[in-house]
This record gives sequence, C-alpha cells and structure tokens, in this order.
Amino acid sequence: MLKAMHKTGLVFFPAFDWAIDPTHPEREERLLYTQDQVTEEGIFDIPGIIEYKPALATPKDIQRAQFCVPDEQTITTESHLISAGGAKVIADAVMGKEVQNGFALVRPPGHHSMRVSHGGRGFCHINIEAIMVEYIRTRYNVKRIAIIDTDCHHGDGTDNIFWHDPDVLFISMHQDGRTMFPGTGFPGELGGPNAKGSNLNIPLPPGTSTEGYLYVINNCVLPVLDAFKPDLVVNSAGQDNHYTDPLTNMNFCAQGYAQLTTLLKPDIAVLEGGYAIEGALPYVNLGIILAMAGIDYTGVVEPDYNPEKLKQSVSITDKIKKTVDQINSFWAQRLQLRSDAGTPGELQVRHREIYYDTDNIFERQKERIRICRDCGGSFEIDSRAMPGRHILGVHIPINACKNCIEKGYEFFESAPADTYDRIYLMDRPKDSYHIK
Amino acid sequence: MIIGLDVGGTHTDAVILSRNGIEKSIKVPTDPADLFNTVLSGFTRLLASIDPSQIQRVVISTTLTTNAIVQQNMEPVGMIVSAGPGIDPEFFRTGDHYYAVSGSINHRGREKAPVNEIQIQDIAKKLKDAGVEYVGVVSKFCVRNPSHEILIKRILNKFFKQVFLGHHVSGNLNFPRRIATTHLNAAVFALHKSFFEAVRKSLAEKGLTIPIQILKADGGTMSLEASMHFPGQTVLSGPAASIMGAIPYAPEGQDVIVLDIGGTTTDIAFLVDKAPLLEPVGIQRGRYKSLIRSLRTDSKGIGGDSALRVSDNVLTIGPDRQGPAMAFGGPLPTPTDALVVLGLMDTGNREKAVAGIHTIAQELGLSDEQAAEKVFKACCTIILKKTFEMIDQINSQPVYTVHDFLEGYKLSPQKILLLGGPAPYFAKKIEDLYQIDTLAVPESAVANAIGAALARTTCEVSLNADTEQGIVTAHEEDFAEPVSKTFSEDELMETAYNLLREKAINSGADPENMDEVEVVEYQKFNIVRNFSPRGKIFRTKMQLKPGLIKGFEKMLH
Repeated sequence: MLKAMHKTGLVFFPAFDWAIDPTHPEREERLLYTQDQVTEEGIFDIPGIIEYKPALATPKDIQRAQFCVPDEQTITTESHLISAGGAKVIADAVMGKEVQNGFALVRPPGHHSMRVSHGGRGFCHINIEAIMVEYIRTRYNVKRIAIIDTDCHHGDGTDNIFWHDPDVLFISMHQDGRTMFPGTGFPGELGGPNAKGSNLNIPLPPGTSTEGYLYVINNCVLPVLDAFKPDLVVNSAGQDNHYTDPLTNMNFCAQGYAQLTTLLKPDIAVLEGGYAIEGALPYVNLGIILAMAGIDYTGVVEPDYNPEKLKQSVSITDKIKKTVDQINSFWAQRLQLRSDAGTPGELQVRHREIYYDTDNIFERQKERIRICRDCGGSFEIDSRAMPGRHILGVHIPINACKNCIEKGYEFFESAPADTYDRIYLMDRPKDSYHIK
Repeated sequence: MIIGLDVGGTHTDAVILSRNGIEKSIKVPTDPADLFNTVLSGFTRLLASIDPSQIQRVVISTTLTTNAIVQQNMEPVGMIVSAGPGIDPEFFRTGDHYYAVSGSINHRGREKAPVNEIQIQDIAKKLKDAGVEYVGVVSKFCVRNPSHEILIKRILNKFFKQVFLGHHVSGNLNFPRRIATTHLNAAVFALHKSFFEAVRKSLAEKGLTIPIQILKADGGTMSLEASMHFPGQTVLSGPAASIMGAIPYAPEGQDVIVLDIGGTTTDIAFLVDKAPLLEPVGIQRGRYKSLIRSLRTDSKGIGGDSALRVSDNVLTIGPDRQGPAMAFGGPLPTPTDALVVLGLMDTGNREKAVAGIHTIAQELGLSDEQAAEKVFKACCTIILKKTFEMIDQINSQPVYTVHDFLEGYKLSPQKILLLGGPAPYFAKKIEDLYQIDTLAVPESAVANAIGAALARTTCEVSLNADTEQGIVTAHEEDFAEPVSKTFSEDELMETAYNLLREKAINSGADPENMDEVEVVEYQKFNIVRNFSPRGKIFRTKMQLKPGLIKGFEKMLH
C-alpha cells in the first residue's frame, strides 16, 4: 500500500493571482504545472501526507528577522505574508510533532532579502526562511539551526541575516558568482568576526551535474552537519539548478533533487527559486515531496532526461573537489579564525553596497559590531537607500550576553534622531522591536 | 404527481407528492438479498389505487452498488493504465487483471511517449483468455489529452462487451482516483444494467412508462440511460436522499447543519443557502477514494440503537449495534432505551428499557434517571463535537489564490435540521445544550423519499482552453474545438454553458429546472516563455447545483 514512511506536512500556496509583473518569472503560472502534476499523482490522498492551509505572517514575525524600511506593510503584499506564513505553519506542524517533516511550496521566494530590506531584490521582499527560523527560536526555544540553501543563486539574504550568528549554520551551494546573480558567495565569505565558519559558501562551476551536487553533499555538507549537530535542518529548496532552467547554467535533475533530499533529511524544506516551470518544477517538486515522505521516487524522471548529455566534464569535477577541500579546511579552522578576527569588546566596522535589481534601489551600509566570545554580538547598521530612506537598525542577538545587550541599547539610545529618518531596535532576547 | 423511492439498509421508503403535499407514503422492509423485489413491492403498494398516468416523475435511490462494493460482489474487470513519469502505478492495482503499459502524456496534454499497440494486443488476448468481459482504460493526464485511451479502446473494442475510459469519469485531475472510479463503473455495470432493465420492465407492466431518474451521490438525478455509463455515481445516494429531504425546511441565505440520526450512525452534512456542500474531489470512505461527485457527508457511529456499555466507570456508546433497543426486544441497552426511561418516548416496553438502563446506572453509581440523562447528553455531545470538527476542517481547507485566502467563504451554521426516528426527542436537548436553533424535520421518517422525489438533475463540466496550443477542450464530454489567440473569458463561459446545458438535457433535466448554474472555478494564466507572452490558459468548472425541482416545496411547509 502507498503510504508515507515519514509523516510529511505540505503547505501548497501557488498564489495563482499574484505576479511581480505579467511576464516576470515570478508570475501566476509558475506553480500551475506543479499543481497539475501533484494533483494528478494524488499526493494529497496518500496516508501520512497532510496538507495545511497557510496563515498570514504578522509584522511582529518579520520584526524578529528584518528591518523593513519604512515598515513591513509598505514593502510587502499579502502574497509575501502568506508565503512567510506558510513556512510558519509548516514549522508549527513539525515542531508540534504533528508531522515528522514538512515542505512549504510557496511563492514568492525570500532568500535574497537581507537584514535591512528597502524593497525587492532577486524577486524577494522579505526573507521567508529567516522569518520562520526566528519564529522557531522564539516560540520553541530551539538553539542550533542549520539552513542549507540549494538554490542555484547565492542565498545572499539569508547569508546576511545570519552572518554574525554562530548558532545558525548557513551553507549555500550555488552557481559561481562570477557567472550569476547576485555575484557573491565565494569560499572566503565565512561569516562575521564572531561567527567565522558558521556561513559556508560553495560556488559551483556552470555545467555541474547530479554527480557534482551529490559530491558536495556527501563530502562537505553532511560532514559539517555531523560536526555542527543542529537541532533542526532547514533546506532552502530552490529548483533552478535544473538542466532546463532558463536563468541558470547547471545540469541537475529531478532524481538528483530527490536523492539530495534523502541525503540531507531536512526537517523543513522551503521552496525558493526555479523557473523551468513546465519541464522541471512538476518533476522536481514531486521528487522532493516523495523523498521527504520516504516514498519510492525512482519513477520520477523528466520525459526528456538524458544522463549521457548531462554528464559533467573532468575539469568541472576537479574544480568542485578543490572547492570542497578549501571549504573543509576553513570549517576545520573556524574557531581559530574567530579568535583571530578581533579583540573582545572592540567595535569592528564594515561597509557594503547592495543593489536591488527588482525595485532598482541602491543601498549603502556601514555596520558596526561588538566583538564578543560569549554571543553573536550586538551590531548596528547605518543604511542609506537611493532612492529611499536613511535608517539605523540595531540588532541584539537572541542569545546575547549582558555586555552586548547593554551595547545594543547604547547604540540605539545614542543614535542622533536628526541624522536618520528612522532608528530601529530589534531586541531578540526580549522579543521586542522599537522605532524612534 | 411525482414519486421518490429510497431503498435503505433496513427499510425502503417511498412517497407520492403532488403540488398539495404528500399524497401517500409507505415503508416496507428491505430484503438485501433481493433488492429487485423490494423495489417492486414498494411500487406495488405505492401505486395501489393510483392512476399511473398521473405520475410525471419517478426517482429511485438504491443501495445496489454500495452493497456490491461492501460484499465484494463485483464483476472481474481488466484495467489497463499508462502512467509515464511519477509514482509507480503498481500502487493503484485494482485486482488480478491490472496492467501498467507504456505511453505517456504530460500536464499540458502533450504526448511524451507513444502507446505500444502490440503490447495492448497481447494484454487483450490475456484478458480474453481469462474470461474478462469489461475493461477500464486510464492514462495519466487523459483529461488534458485522451488520445491514448481512445487508441487503446479502438484496439480492445472487438474483444470485450464494454470498454470504460478514464477521461469520461470526471474533468478532475487525480490519476489514482480515476483508476478506482473507472474500475468501479466497469465492475458494477452489468449488475446495474440488469437490475434497472428489470425495474423498467416491471414498472412498464404497471403502466408507468415515463423515464426513470436515478439518484446520485451528489444529491442530483440522472436519467437511467445516463446512469448506464456511470453506475458508480449511485454509490451512497441514500445519505444524499435524506439530506435533500431537509432542504425544504432550510432558511434562505443561511448556513445549516443537517444531522440524520439513524439506528447505528448519524450522518452529518451542511447546507449553504439551501444548497448542500459538495466534496471537493469526490467520495471518500476510509481508504477508498474516488472522483464521484458527492455531497460532503461524514458519519459518526452513534444512533438510536448503538450499544451502551460501561467499563472502568466510563460510559461508551457504540460504534456497534447489537440489535434493536431493549424496549423493542434487543439484547443491550441503547440510547433509545434512555429516551424511554426519560419519558420522552412512549413506545416500546418501558420495563425492559428501565431494566437495561438500570444495569448501566448501577455501574456508574447513578439513579436510572440520571444514567439515562447522561446517555442522552453524551449522544448529543459526541455528535455535535464531530460536527464542529467537520466545520473546522471545511474552513481550514487549503486555498490557492490570495483572493480566496483573504475573502474565502467561512461556514458558520446558525441552524440545525434533524432527520431520522429519534430526531424529535433530540431537537430540544441539542438546542438547550448548544443554543442553536434546532428543528426536527416534519415527516422526517420519509424525508429520504421526499428528497429523492424532489431532487433535480445535476451535472458539471470542466473546460481547459490553451491558446498557445489553439484548443479548448472538455474531454469528459468528448468535446474539443480549435480557438484563436484572442479567445476570451466570455467565449469560454458561453462554450461551458452550452456544454452544461446539453449535458443536463441528455441527463434528463427539465429545462424549467436549469437556472441554478454556478461557476465553481475560474482561472486564467498567461503563458510566458523567454519573457514573451505565448498565449493564455483558461480553466473553468461550471455546474448545475444540487437542489429541488420547482413547484412542490411550498406545500411541505
């Protein structure tokens, strides 16, 4: 009898009436054929697969993860809130042990949306995984979380949100930034001074096939997870590594996605990108759902799949091995890297420039963080968007030590009100958010 | 005058209605071993002293197919399924004669792998040798492109009595359910056909020659001819008959709970503005899931004859029935005995009822009266709890658009209608306990027959237009037409309405009762490839809603 070995929760929200604009890849049609395939397969009838209705994420949910400028309502639509709310519903189902794991098949995606969000970049306005992760940490008191981003684009938003957080391991595997939006995610990008090595970025050469992806999973991601020992594993399940994706240059396939899911065993998967809506998404999503539920997926093969044509070259294999070796050596040295990064108590400054391709905004940031060995460290971000506002966001991390909490309030209180349009304080230990 | 006849598990009820109300009603015991004679004796008693030429409409609801499924008394059927990529079709095996074959159609209806005709011929030979006479053919995504099913049927036609195709079953996607439903239609076809041909013949001998209508699980009717193609649709028409019988008493514009309290179970259903809620995909009972349109009903194993027991000081009710109430000679105390003890019912043997409830009362350490009260209250509570669970479930049904998420209909019933024997006794109690306006339907003992008599013809069409491929289709109706790039929503709706009307007339609908057309679903998508528009996909489902025929309802008030 057909039955899920693992009870699996699904939120399916294709937002059939929402698009960025009519011909944009992020449009109504995107999950239409996926819905057709999943419905025709009778997925929702399988005992042990439970479909949940999404909920609306609240401003409070977003305020745990991001500074929205000027506020949450201005930069989101209902669809963004339902997408983030869908991920939250899956989190509740998994954390409440109603299901063993869950998959939020929602749109629009979120992984390019950063700690400060002035609008849309890379089709993302708010970061749905980060909102979900912060919700889980507050509501269920989970300490160590790993986010594995398998979207073909560097998950730079999630990378940025957890940049200073040693308790959240973020690993992104993606097409090499020299050939692909957003142009970041190189091996040297390892996280902030208090969290070096808790962000790992694995660029893959164009033309990487199933062999290469599974090599990275087996030889890098799984050993790192073993060492990190997360309480929860989240997969940002982008599906644009597919050999037919119009925006990327990779050779991954539905069988590969299903195998990756079986190896990774995510507690929660959240859909990110993936724009080969007819030839890839119906099969990839089906493969991921079956893999999560522990149902045989060997029959899930694209009609035009030809493994011979998709084989990766020897030089690609070599490049991937070299990258994996490099990442593994960074991981092994992470504690040393952290202690070399600065002296506790001092403030370190970094400058960043961020371009919002979807909304055509240019942002300049100056970030100051307190070096700390006891927690992720409080920090402030001075952010000026053009066109847009000039704001200051102060973040006190969820496990902040006494000194960092004090420093966070000092950042907030000493900030000159006349310099900024708005000043925000995200006090995670108190789960509160203040604006002045 | 019109006739409704409902064959139930224990009783068969029939009524003759005129525009003045109930002219005659009868109740005869059902003989499960001989349903034909049950139906016949029902008609004989009903038509005694009635001029058959006065009868304008006959609707029959039977348990024929339901019994055949329960007793596994079905024709062996050959099934040929082609799946293409996806879940292994072996999981959906219907029996010994089940073959998964090559050939594949994708979600857009494009052929991805051809049918292997030699393979089909080999299977045809094997089925023939095994003595199989009926075959079902189902291909994945046949509702988008049925050409493989049609090709396979062409090969099989000369070998078998009848070949049933998956795309005729429903316009809905769901390959496993389509396999189960096609199999069911093929498996009960011979039984259904011989039964109703015999009924038609006998009624003609009695001078009743008007076309017979058959009640479906969605609370609508279809002509006898139409039923021959989809006999599976008659499954569970019994609960549907009762629910339709409650509609005359439902207020307009309100949400209503309908509870049919029977001997062993209570059926639960909902009306929205006098129209019953339907299952979103099709009938499901336990592991059995189909694409058969059906009223949304669920049942709870509590009825007037449920067995009462006490173990470890805890009272349990049902889910089994060990016979009638002790007041009527049964072996175990039941909720009906509690009603007798409380003095609410004055039929049956009161002494025996008291003796039964007394054993329960002793174990619970209560007086007889208190124990009976506890039983009665527990019955109401359990049934209502299940009802509220169903409402929550209906209201938390997933939706796929922002609009439906924000504006979607929320079911919030303000009234309860009760059917079944114990209904009058329960009404006041439920009203007291839950403060919801509760009414026991008058004539509730024959509400099922009234529901059958008054049910109008229902049907649904599903259309899919794809202007990139230049086609609008409703394959369930064997309909496909070319369309231009400028095909519009208005043209789609007009096409859908014409198809629906034609289907309704063919199913025996009276044109006077065809104004309750509803667009169940409408979606439009731009097809975009490489950032440029290539066409549009339109989808719609249109239905004739279940409801009552005009002209009779008022007299029942």
